[in-house]
Amino acid sequence: MASKSWLNILTFLCGSAVGFVLCSQLLSILLEEQKDIQPSILHNDPHARHSDDSEQNHLEGQMNFDADASQHKDENTDIAEKLYQKVKILCWVMTGPQNLEKKAKHVKATWAQRCNKVLFMSSEENKDFPAVGLKTREGRDQLYWKTIKAFQYVHDHYLEDADWFMKADDDTYVILDNLRWLLSKYNPEEPIYFGRRFKPYVKQGYMSGGAGYVLSKEALKRFVEAFKTDKCTHSSSIEDLALGRCMEIINVEAGDSRDTTGKETFHPFVPEHHLIKGYLPRTFWYWNYNYYPPVEGPGCCSDLAVSFHYVDPTTMYELEYLVYHLRPYGYLYRYQPALPEKILKEQQNIPPLILNNLH
Amino acid sequence: MLSESSLFLKGVLLGSVFCVLMTMLGHIKIDYGKRTHHHERHHLQRHHLQAPNKEDILKISEDERTELSKSFRVYCIILVKPKDVRLWAAVKETWAKHCDKAEFFSSENVKVFESVNMETNDIKAYKYAFDKYRDQYNWFFLAHPTTFAIIENLKYFLLKKNSSQPFYLGHTAKSGDLEYVSVGGGIVLSIESIKRLNSLLSIPEKCPEKGRMVREVSEDKQLAVCLKYAGVFAENAEDSKGKDVFNTKSVGIFIREAMTNHPNQVVEGCCSDMAITFNGLTCNQMYVMMYGVYHLRAFGHVFNDVLVFLPVNGSDND
Repeated sequence: MASKSWLNILTFLCGSAVGFVLCSQLLSILLEEQKDIQPSILHNDPHARHSDDSEQNHLEGQMNFDADASQHKDENTDIAEKLYQKVKILCWVMTGPQNLEKKAKHVKATWAQRCNKVLFMSSEENKDFPAVGLKTREGRDQLYWKTIKAFQYVHDHYLEDADWFMKADDDTYVILDNLRWLLSKYNPEEPIYFGRRFKPYVKQGYMSGGAGYVLSKEALKRFVEAFKTDKCTHSSSIEDLALGRCMEIINVEAGDSRDTTGKETFHPFVPEHHLIKGYLPRTFWYWNYNYYPPVEGPGCCSDLAVSFHYVDPTTMYELEYLVYHLRPYGYLYRYQPALPEKILKEQQNIPPLILNNLH
Repeated sequence: MLSESSLFLKGVLLGSVFCVLMTMLGHIKIDYGKRTHHHERHHLQRHHLQAPNKEDILKISEDERTELSKSFRVYCIILVKPKDVRLWAAVKETWAKHCDKAEFFSSENVKVFESVNMETNDIKAYKYAFDKYRDQYNWFFLAHPTTFAIIENLKYFLLKKNSSQPFYLGHTAKSGDLEYVSVGGGIVLSIESIKRLNSLLSIPEKCPEKGRMVREVSEDKQLAVCLKYAGVFAENAEDSKGKDVFNTKSVGIFIREAMTNHPNQVVEGCCSDMAITFNGLTCNQMYVMMYGVYHLRAFGHVFNDVLVFLPVNGSDND
C-alpha cells in the first residue's frame, strides 16, 4: 500500500513537472512575439521614399538615395529627388594620372555620386578608375587645353544627357542639391553660366576656376562651336580667365550665383578661410577680385553653399559629414529658402508637411 | 492504470497553473523594475544609454511636443583657465548661446570676460550651480572650452529621461573598477545627481570640496568616485547604432582614423548623425562647426522632427 501511494505521488509530481515545462515553453513563445523589438530611432517613416519607375532615367553614376538609408529613415528627400530629375547636371572633374588615387578618389567617394553623370578628365585614359584621356600633357599651363577638350568631349558624347555642365577640380567639394536649387530658376536653353564671379579683366566678369563653374546647355553649345569657327582660341593658359573672355565674346551671360539674401554660394577657399575674420590678409588679391562686395565672417557663405576649393581629402569627408549627416535636431534654420517654381507646380505629389517645413 | 493517468493529468494541470502564476508574477516584477529605471542595477561592464525611440516619440501630441521642447533647461558650466582666453571667447560666441544659461568658471578674473571666480574644480562648480540654480534648470552640462557642443542634440537625447532620476552621462572610460565620464567629451548630470552630490559634500572623506583626494587622480575620476558614493553611476551615451554621441576627439581626427581603418566607409564609419560633442577644437574650428552645423546643409532634405528649437536672439552665426 505504501509503495502504491509513493507511486501515486511520483506520478503526480511527474505530471506537474511536465505541465510546468510545457506551459513555460508555450508562454515564452507567446510572449516573445509581444516583446518590444530593440528600440531604434529609425523606423519606416510614413513618408517613405518611393522607388518608382523614374529611376530608369538615372544615368551611370546615379545618386543612390537609399545608400545611407539606415541612418536617415526620418529624413524625407522627395524634394531633392524631384530636383535630381528636373535639373540634370553632368559634372566633369579636372584631374591627372598622379592625382587619381590621391585626390580624385575622394571626390568619387563623396559628392561625385550626386551628379546625374560624372566624368573624370585626365591627360591619359584610365579604364579602371575610370578616367577619360584628353590626350594633352599635364601641368598648370595645360589647364585651358584640358578644359577646351573636356567640354568638347562632353558635348560630343553627352550633350542630350544633361541640362547643365559643371566643371570642378579634384580639390573642389560640390553640394549638388544646392546647385540644383540655384539652377532650377533658370532655363538651360538660355546662354548663361554660374560660378564665383571675379571682376578684373573681363567686363562682365569671369568665374573662378577652382570654385567650379557650370554652363547651361546653350552655353556649352556656343563654347564648342566658338572653337570650330575660331571665334575663341586658346588665347592663354589661364583657364578661368580665358574661358571667361570667350564667354563674353559668344554672349554667354555671367550669372549671379548669390542666394536670395546676397550671400555667395561658390567659394574659392575652404570654409575656415572665409568664416574667420582676418584669415585672408587685406593685401591678398582676393579682396580686389570679387565682383560683388566680399564678406568675411558669418555673412561670407550661404547656408546653401554650392562649392569650396582647396579642399584636401580629410576636409572632403568632413564636409560630407557636416552637410549630409550631422545636424542640430529640431532646429529651425534662420534661412528658409522658397521651393523653386518648377517644383511648386507639381506640389500635389509632395506631402504638405514637407512643403511647410520649407517656408 | 486509470487512477494513475488521472493523477498524472492532475499533476500536469497543477504544474501549468503554477507556471502561469509564476510567469505573471515575474512580469509584474519586471515592469516594476523598468519603471524604476534599469540603470539602478550595476554591473561591471559599461552602461549604455540610448537615444529615444522614434515610435515612442510619435505617440506624443503636437502640444506636448512644444511643451516638451521647452521643458529641457540646460545649464552649461564651462571651466576655463586664464590662458584659454581665445577659446573662451570662441565658446561664448558660438555654442554656449544655445544653453539656456551658460557660465564660465575661472580661477582668476580675466578682464573683459564675466566669469565666476573659483578654483577650477568641477565639484565646486556643481555645488555653486546647485545652490544658485536648483529650481531653474533640470540638466547640468559641464565642459572645457576645447569642446564644441550641440545643445539641441543633447536635449533630444534627454527626451525620455526623467531629470529626477540620477543620471550621469557622457563618454565613459574605465580606470580599474571605476567607470567615469571623461570631462573632454562633456559631463551631463541631472538635477537629482547634483542633489545627491551636494549632500555628500559635507562628508570630506568621501567627497572633498577643495583640491584633490589623491594628487594623481584627475577631476573627472574624482567626480565619479563622489557620485558613486551617492549611488549615481556613469553611463555611456550612444545613438541607436551604438555610436558615441559624446566625443573626446574632433571630427578631423575621426575622419583621419576612418581613412586609415575603413577607407571605403569613411563618413559612414565616422561619427553619429546626432553627435552632441566633439573635443580638441581650435578657436577657428569652433566657428567652422557653427557654420557647418547651424547653417550649411543640402536643399531638399527635410526632417520631420518632434522637437522644435528656435534660433537664439541677437546672434549672427547660427
